[in-house]
Amino acid sequence: MIINHPILGPRDSSEFVYLGDACLINRPDWQAEDALEQFIDYGHTRDNPAGLHRELWYHEQGDRSWLVVTRNTVTHEITQVELARDVARAEGRSK
Amino acid sequence: MRYSGFRVIKEALTGHRGWGPAWRDPDPQPAYDYVVIGGGGHGLATAYYLAKEFKQSRIAVLEKGWIGGGNVGRNTTIVRSNYLLDGNEPFYEFSLKLWEGLEQDLNYNAMMSQRGIINLMHSDAQRDAYIRRGNAMILNGADAQLLDQKQVLEKYPFLNVKNARFPVMGGLLQARAGTARHDAVAWGYARAADQRGVDIIQNCEVTGFRIEGGRVQGVETTRGYIGAEKVGVCVAGSSSRVMAYAGMRLPIESHVLQAFVSEGLKPVLPGVITFGAGHFYCSQSDKGGLVFGGNIDGYNSYASRGNLPMVEDVMEEAIAMFPMLGRARLLRSWGGIMDMSMDGTPIIDKTHIDGLYFNGGWCYGGFKATPASGFVYAHLLATDTPHDTATAFRLDRFHTGHMVDEKGVGNQPNLH
Ligand SMILES: Cc1cc2nc3c(=O)[nH]c(=O)nc-3n(C[C@H](O)[C@H](O)[C@H](O)COP(=O)(O)OP(=O)(O)OC[C@H]3O[C@@H](n4cnc5c(N)ncnc54)[C@H](O)[C@@H]3O)c2cc1C
Repeated sequence: MIINHPILGPRDSSEFVYLGDACLINRPDWQAEDALEQFIDYGHTRDNPAGLHRELWYHEQGDRSWLVVTRNTVTHEITQVELARDVARAEGRSK
Repeated sequence: MRYSGFRVIKEALTGHRGWGPAWRDPDPQPAYDYVVIGGGGHGLATAYYLAKEFKQSRIAVLEKGWIGGGNVGRNTTIVRSNYLLDGNEPFYEFSLKLWEGLEQDLNYNAMMSQRGIINLMHSDAQRDAYIRRGNAMILNGADAQLLDQKQVLEKYPFLNVKNARFPVMGGLLQARAGTARHDAVAWGYARAADQRGVDIIQNCEVTGFRIEGGRVQGVETTRGYIGAEKVGVCVAGSSSRVMAYAGMRLPIESHVLQAFVSEGLKPVLPGVITFGAGHFYCSQSDKGGLVFGGNIDGYNSYASRGNLPMVEDVMEEAIAMFPMLGRARLLRSWGGIMDMSMDGTPIIDKTHIDGLYFNGGWCYGGFKATPASGFVYAHLLATDTPHDTATAFRLDRFHTGHMVDEKGVGNQPNLH
């Protein structure tokens, strides 16, 4: 698989480390009433879809950036690559 | 029809006209007491033990393709019970004991071969960990033996034991472990279940559940609605997709695992051997091909095929361990979809929906579990209580903190 890095261009996926579902960007609020339930869910439950999946890849052997890659889990086709930072900011996160 | 030596001779003399199909091909009935979803090893074994051990009737196995087309027909066939944790080891040892009597029980040649498994060790720390694991195995009634370098070389004289980075110091041997013919396990259970009246319905994909008042009523399928008192889901790599029909999200990610086979060679490997400095395991099939594999590719996948970086990685490990393999040609490679759980351990439990049960999260170790998984799942379905050896495989363990993390790597499925 080739990941088209937004800054560095096309790179082999073996330069990256895979973390998992991009929902991991949205760490629950530890002060919420149901923080415990939310963290159990955050830590363990996944949609695990067959089809489009947004996921976190870390460019460990490159520029050390975190990317959000949209990939089809049935065909392995990658349709979108974004900097995780941009995704998090667009969702209202400060950093 | 019972299979026997006499039967083979009789059929040979009469032109093989009397064999007949090994199981029926029935149309689905409108309703069953038990519907098992998934005609892999676990689903077929579940149906068989429900009928045989728990004397239940009106049982169907629904398979979306053909039986044995999933992971049970794709794995590297290693059967062992060399686990460390109390939640696991009694279960896998129960499974190995069932394997030992399986062929007689099923009247089917599953080519179970107890040729032994050796996990190689390459450091002092690994030796200590293996001693601990071996002791845990013995405490749970399994067999384990620590081999030094000389004893390993007696069995595998060609091993590169003096490798500067990964010297082979010895290994942990389980002599009762071995391999079994994967397809034959599915076929043997199918035939034996069919003989006890189980309907095995192929080309029948489950597309939804009918749930009313918190209770399952039956399943929607591509061959129409089928009513059921109890539904046991047993679909391995498709677990998340099927449970989503019941509105459930699971602590599971689906990943692809690849396996490889070389051209046929003269006998070189007497047993199963694993590399301790990476993730590589190898055995030799009765046809002579070296059957081997390594890690999962490491990203979510439903593609049943992997990518080249992992192929390269596995080959590098193979050559590091057996330099002599450099000349052997690779014949085939393939992939299967693994239901990787968050702690590397399976789930066999009820769900919050009455009558709906779940069995999955087998990671890449579910083949060896086939007999016990079927047995304990049948126990749970028939009695609504977990079998003694399967009390740790609860669905709520991630809530209560009772994870069973054999490898100790936490909630990161691609590291298990
Ligand atoms: C390459 C590879 C190597 C492996 N090596 C080993 C090993 O050496 N030792 C070991 O112990 N384990 C090994 N495993 C793991 C083992 O094969 C699996 O854990 C085990 O086979 C899973 O259980 P099963 O046999 O029931 O799964 P499967 O055979 O996958 O059965 C699940 C069935 O459910 C069906 N299904 C899915 N969705 C639906 C639906 N909606 N409706 C109806 N049916 C459906 C599928 O078609 C499939 O037939 C390996 C796996 C792979 C892929």
